[in-house]
Amino acid sequence: MSDLDYDPHSYEAPLDHRDDHAPGDEPGESAGHWVANSNLGLGFSVVLTVAAFVLAGSHLIYGPAIPVALLVLAVAQMGVHLVFFLHVTTGPDNTNNVLALAFGVMVVFLIVVGSIWIMNHLNQNMMPMDQLMRMQP
Amino acid sequence: MTDLPATVETIRRVREDPHRLGHRDHGPEGPVKGAGHGDTGPANKRIVVGYGFWIFLLSDIVMFSCFFAAFAVQRNATAGGPAIGQIVEMPRTALETGALLLSSYTCGLSFAATNARNKLWTQVFLLITGLLGLAFVGMELQEFISLAQQGITPQRSGFLTSFFGLVGLHGLHVTIAGLWLATMMAQVQLKGFRREIVHRLICFNLFWHALDIVWIGIFTIVYLMGIGP
Repeated sequence: MSDLDYDPHSYEAPLDHRDDHAPGDEPGESAGHWVANSNLGLGFSVVLTVAAFVLAGSHLIYGPAIPVALLVLAVAQMGVHLVFFLHVTTGPDNTNNVLALAFGVMVVFLIVVGSIWIMNHLNQNMMPMDQLMRMQP
Repeated sequence: MTDLPATVETIRRVREDPHRLGHRDHGPEGPVKGAGHGDTGPANKRIVVGYGFWIFLLSDIVMFSCFFAAFAVQRNATAGGPAIGQIVEMPRTALETGALLLSSYTCGLSFAATNARNKLWTQVFLLITGLLGLAFVGMELQEFISLAQQGITPQRSGFLTSFFGLVGLHGLHVTIAGLWLATMMAQVQLKGFRREIVHRLICFNLFWHALDIVWIGIFTIVYLMGIGP
């Protein structure tokens, strides 16, 4: 058991690189680093957002590919936000955060894709509404 | 194990775990108090609070995903009413997106100021964040009101129910976050950077950034993909 020269439970003590980190929080970081991260995040986000708005409804690329391109840009921008604004990294101190995020993403994926999948099949296999209404006594 | 010379120990560890996955840097021997490792008790409060709020945010995002799924399923269920392409106004969406993105940026700057323990700049950036959020909510309200004046209300069709549900839920989140922001400004002003105040600022930052992440999904899936073919 180590004797630290500070009490890790008091806030004044700096978090050091041996601690786990919560998202949106980093140890012993200077304000300048936060500002630099924010600047980078804003820069990337602006580029991705402008690209998405220019692409939507334009004829710059093959029409049916536009929704896919928009989704790719959106996912990229979410990634930028996670890294530069929420400070989620791949480091060992972030393992818990990333695992929780991965679980969340899995649930989101199941809900969205599952709903679309099931409802599409239901739609295709269901009798058209007017026929269904005629069958009613 | 500790009897081995340091170099042999190092070679053994590098061979068994070359990328040092899940390990810390070399600190003092033994688990570190307050880091949540080993038998040294629970982690630092700052970590517990932030991580707990992260779990809450993920559950919030799961809730949003249900509304996204409803929207995706109901997108074409217009019941003869207006379709998505007819109710989207791109200039307003662009302005809303800009406001929310900038507010996310200023929110990050406010936390940089918090880290530097600078009350003035924390307050200034929080205020800018709040004003940008207010502008966002105002534009969204204006959109909803102008739609309602054209008779486009949630009860018109399944599509409109899911549209107003998804966009409205996000707007509600931003509104509540705005109230939270106002109370945080008051707390920073009156109580200063006490430990629990900083914890709340961490949580508020996470919440605000998460709202922006959800908005990325909304402006892409609802608005931008709505004006396409």
